[in-house]
Amino acid sequence: MSDVLLAASGIAKHFGGVKALCDVSLSIRQGEIYGLIGPNGAGKTTFFNCLTGLYVPDGGGFSFNGAPLLADAPHQAAERGIARTFQNIRLFANMTALENVMVGRHVRTCGGVFGAILKNAATRAEEAAIRQKALDLLHYVDIGERADDLAKNLSYGDQRRLEIARALATEPKLLCLDEPAAGMNGTETEELRELIEGIRQDGTTVLLIEHDVKLVMGLCDRVAVLDYGALVIEDVPAVVQKDQRVIEAYLGA
Amino acid sequence: MKQAVSRQNMLIVGGLAALFGVLQMGLLTGNYQTMQTVLHLLALGGLFGLGMRLRRQIAGKLLMAGVLFALPFISAMAGQAWVRILDFAILYVFLALGLNIVVGLAGLLDLGYIAFYAVGAYTWALLASPHFGLHLPFWVILPIGAVLACFFGVLLGSPTLKLRGDYLAIVTLGFGEIVRIFMKNLNAPINITNGPQGITLIDPVAIGSFKFSGTTQIFGFALSGPQKYYFLLLALVSLVVVINLRLQNSRIGRAWQAIREDEIAAKAVGINTRNMKLLAFAMGASFGGIAGGVFAAMQGFVSPESFALNESIMILAMVVLGGMGHIPGVILGAILLSILPEVLRYGVGPAQTAVFGKQLVDPESLRLLVFGLALVLVMRFRPAGLWPSPERQRELGEKPAEAKP
Repeated sequence: MSDVLLAASGIAKHFGGVKALCDVSLSIRQGEIYGLIGPNGAGKTTFFNCLTGLYVPDGGGFSFNGAPLLADAPHQAAERGIARTFQNIRLFANMTALENVMVGRHVRTCGGVFGAILKNAATRAEEAAIRQKALDLLHYVDIGERADDLAKNLSYGDQRRLEIARALATEPKLLCLDEPAAGMNGTETEELRELIEGIRQDGTTVLLIEHDVKLVMGLCDRVAVLDYGALVIEDVPAVVQKDQRVIEAYLGA
Repeated sequence: MKQAVSRQNMLIVGGLAALFGVLQMGLLTGNYQTMQTVLHLLALGGLFGLGMRLRRQIAGKLLMAGVLFALPFISAMAGQAWVRILDFAILYVFLALGLNIVVGLAGLLDLGYIAFYAVGAYTWALLASPHFGLHLPFWVILPIGAVLACFFGVLLGSPTLKLRGDYLAIVTLGFGEIVRIFMKNLNAPINITNGPQGITLIDPVAIGSFKFSGTTQIFGFALSGPQKYYFLLLALVSLVVVINLRLQNSRIGRAWQAIREDEIAAKAVGINTRNMKLLAFAMGASFGGIAGGVFAAMQGFVSPESFALNESIMILAMVVLGGMGHIPGVILGAILLSILPEVLRYGVGPAQTAVFGKQLVDPESLRLLVFGLALVLVMRFRPAGLWPSPERQRELGEKPAEAKP
């Protein structure tokens, strides 16, 4: 039994009369790959947005790494060590791949205005370190040779990889991936599986929202299922797969 | 390779600027002999520079420096008025580069930029004029003006943080007007700004006993007031160019660019977008404040009229027309938009007389017409600006203007 990295307790969120999330409690352990699945509109992305501070939950709260997460601003979530990718890729389209990842280093560096203007030794060293780390990350996700291409000119799969590299640049403890395999073919999905597996091996906990049930069941240590904004079950894949309620939720029995 | 291309551009711009100077001189004085001589000299210089460039790339910079140095003297041949126009062109470059931080780098559409210019100008006017009887030295006033403008920048910035695009533009527009109307009405019950009459007899910039107004003899050369201000402004602008360039390629500059590209993604990677936007507003405003101070000192007079909405729009047009976020483009835009109306002012009348034999249209309205047309045409055929950054060009799906050598 490993330590709990993230505990969500009683998260609720509604938009007008629509209850997007209703009393969702789950816990993610250090070093695991945790899957979050559910039919379209089940509240998976809303949960993500609450976790990463884009939404303020209407009820409940998160505890991250042993301390409550006051998710009132997304940049604070990133500072605490929660990084995310987006379902519909959100890269800085007109910046190069390298620059995208360099932006990811922002939160772990501290160069200010005066440093930038004076361009002193400390700033130059930090800038070089940022560049090196960003290059390393691009190679880590296997798109090192595309460093100088504009993000929007990368292929779809490479854009997904770039988004992961940018998220990793913030040195997250928890990496949240929102449907990373959407729109990928079999080979690409397999490569993605290896990449996620590698990220976990290198010590980052992964929270994965995914539609590709095969990918989730093969990759995740534990899986939670959401339906109509409520948690249906949270268990190991083998149990989840056989659960009657999950089958109903997906097949609409 | 990129470097070589931009240097080529610099050369072209330098040459164009020089040509401008000579042509206006000939146009005004009718002194074609001198014009011819200078043209020949320039052509020789250009050829020499070109030859040098083939051997060493530095020649472009040298030529540029030479042109920049010679410009106020060449213009002076056509009259000190042209040196003043040149001064204002550089002042506008300064302002445009300040606004470029807000609009070009951080992507925040600011239509009230002139307010900070006004704050700087009035700060100088109040602290160095008989109005309050204060005559502080420039190294005290300029920082105060910059800090005050910066304060107003943050003041304007903080309520607009959640606004974007057009909404932000409207709010900043309102702010600019508020500041102007304040300046106009702060003469009662306590007379602070002297209302619509403005403040006169403002001290010039002075370092010790060296005053920037009036003519001074330096090494046997007679330097006029506008010529001295030219070099002062040139020094200030060089500083701002360096600051702009360094900011752009820094952690802060990347954060601004990220906010411009996708604010939500920028937040998600841990950028404190609130602080970064405020920083952009504050920095842009400080530059506006400094420019305002120099403006007040140079004019010797400020009144609320100088800070009307059309000035804000003009500066924004300089940034957009030149090439948003691209420093050489912004400089080009500012120079063109500040000099073109003047050239038209002096050129439209005589041109009509030459072609038709009489004045058909009032030169003043024709001037604005031509100016407006030029703006429309540029935006139609070069939507990314006259000299956009390579990225922005790709953004709009244009092919780069120059083939790579």
